[in-house]
Amino acid sequence: MRTRSVIYQPHVIVVLSLLVVFTVAIVSFSEAAGGFLSTSLVKTLGMTLCLCLVAIAMDLVWGYTGILSLGHFAFFGLGGYMIGMWLMYARTEQIVIEAAAGAPLPPTPQEIQDAIGTQIFGVVGGSDIPAIWMFAGSLPIQLLLVVLVPGVLALIFGWLAFRSRVTGVYLSILTQALTLALSLYLFQNENGLRGNNGLSGLQIIPGAEDVPQSRISVYFFVASAVALGLGYVLSAWLVSGKFGSIIRGIRDDEARVRFLGYSVEHYKLFVFTLTAVIAGVAGALYYPQAGIINPAEMAPIASIYLAVWVAIGGRGRLYGAVIGAAFVSLLSTWFTGGRAPDINLGFYTIHWVDWWQVLLGLSFVVITVYAPKGIAGIFDVLSRPAKTSARPVKTAEKARAS
Amino acid sequence: MSTLLEVSAVSVSFDGFKAINDLSFDINEGELRAIIGPNGAGKTTFMDIITGKTRPDKGKVTWGETNISLLRKTEAQIARLGIGRKFQRPTVFEDQSVFDNLVMALKKDRDPVSALFYKRSTVDIDRVNALAAEINLSSQLQRKSGELSHGQKQWLEIGMLLAQDPRLLLVDEPAAGMTVAERRHTTDILREAATTRAVIVVEHDMDFVRQLDCRVTVLHEGSVLAEGSLDHVTNDPRVIEVYLGR
Ligand SMILES: Nc1ncnc2c1ncn2[C@@H]1O[C@H](COP(=O)(O)OP(=O)(O)OP(=O)(O)O)[C@@H](O)[C@H]1O
Ligand SMILES: [Mg+2]
Repeated sequence: MRTRSVIYQPHVIVVLSLLVVFTVAIVSFSEAAGGFLSTSLVKTLGMTLCLCLVAIAMDLVWGYTGILSLGHFAFFGLGGYMIGMWLMYARTEQIVIEAAAGAPLPPTPQEIQDAIGTQIFGVVGGSDIPAIWMFAGSLPIQLLLVVLVPGVLALIFGWLAFRSRVTGVYLSILTQALTLALSLYLFQNENGLRGNNGLSGLQIIPGAEDVPQSRISVYFFVASAVALGLGYVLSAWLVSGKFGSIIRGIRDDEARVRFLGYSVEHYKLFVFTLTAVIAGVAGALYYPQAGIINPAEMAPIASIYLAVWVAIGGRGRLYGAVIGAAFVSLLSTWFTGGRAPDINLGFYTIHWVDWWQVLLGLSFVVITVYAPKGIAGIFDVLSRPAKTSARPVKTAEKARAS
Repeated sequence: MSTLLEVSAVSVSFDGFKAINDLSFDINEGELRAIIGPNGAGKTTFMDIITGKTRPDKGKVTWGETNISLLRKTEAQIARLGIGRKFQRPTVFEDQSVFDNLVMALKKDRDPVSALFYKRSTVDIDRVNALAAEINLSSQLQRKSGELSHGQKQWLEIGMLLAQDPRLLLVDEPAAGMTVAERRHTTDILREAATTRAVIVVEHDMDFVRQLDCRVTVLHEGSVLAEGSLDHVTNDPRVIEVYLGR
């Protein structure tokens, strides 16, 4: 009964409708359908949808539950690595088998393994397939790992941190440390994940090599849109009922929730782990569109950006996260892609590639100080007149309170 | 009447300062008790110890028929055993409606999965409405609780306590910041509550305590100074000394 009512919430209806319209438009005008949208643009937009999904996860954990995690982009990256392992392994295996087809003697399984190992790990001076690639040949298992690896890591980390009642800025620092440790680990050549080379060629889907990228890009775009839609509905359901009341209570006054008899730690752990899983899924859809993943993607700064998007979009409401991620990441692509016209001041030329970060930093500061509700706060302003006439007292009181 | 809560020889110090000093106290099932005492007497700290917020350095706190110790339990576990608490400064979830505040407090399974699949039954809605009527907030159910007046917030918090259906209510300064009429209603709520459960009320206001018409415990410098009827304790020379000597 409640699931149905969630779908009827105005913001859910609006977001889902816009998503459907957007998806249909992009698909119809894509290169694959003979339209004018280039494949790379379709990929960028598909990736943006994935970023919106991870931003929703961030909003759940930070905006609703009050846990400022600076590590959720690491979970996103882990999801990418897990699917990347299968993409790379399965494709290399095919290449090796095809190459061996011409040989007079059929290769032994060991020879195939060695050839795959050399192909994948040659760049880091290895030829053995590391133990963590044990299941890389199996798509179902790697898909499971997309969910399990971020989920279990978040569960263990969260259990330790929340049980010891680490909160606030200390928790943020701890999550940032986790992210740093993870990315430093991934940078090592001996770790079995190709060090700073990362995993590449992820845009080529094993078994679908003949399908042109223009089509692949559309498939991934649609998959990303579906994931975002499902993630949005799931999150809306989560925050709408009593569970939503409790996590917002934890955000605003954790001790009070405890004295009501709720084990705050369990709720935090639940949200932390669930959002890590959502982040992992978003990453697994993102990196095949990006084509490459390397440890730099998971650098601590990425998780901080995630928080910035949510803050700019408006935390504590799901569409705020979507708006923030879409708006900032697309602008960022535009500015850093060198497409923004430089501004010549005569004595100095503003190169947006360099100055975009500064602009972003400034907007973050301005928004946090002057518009804590973010871009989504605009909708409050737009819908206020109706409310004012209905309940003048309430608005007056609000004005006094603030 | 059997003893519901027993606090024996409890001490706690903060940085060498003894806030609670060898304090012993007990309360029976269904009893209404007032605790008075000057500022800094340790009244709030006493409640902190019972509810698991502060661990005592020594002493025992036991609960219920089976005398289970509360000392190793978390705040949430103690609350689930049936001890509800209202704080000195009213603490309600200001960002949420009065209705949602009350629903959150209703006695239900407290784990995340139950909360996730919780559906409001008509029984629950009736219960919330009945509580709202009791705390004079029927017309405010849909308002954000942050918009309520100070006194209304106090009532809401008491309502949230009642919603938990606890066996013991700890109420820290419920009448602070209330008008005379509001105070009278608060007395009624507390006396009504005490007909079905034990209630401990901390209050400074002597008139308010007189209205409660119950046994009184006087705390001073972290231990019990006197206990008995209000007239009895207010005539106790040591109590007079403590109150006038300030
Ligand atoms: N966490 C703490 N750290 C240090 N000192 C504390 C702490 N909590 C309480 N105290 C001190 O312990 C003493 C008792 O405080 P408590 O709040 O229990 O008094 P009270 O009887 O509730 O007073 P009031 O009537 O003002 O509410 C005070 O001197 C207070 O300063
Ligand atoms: Mg006090």
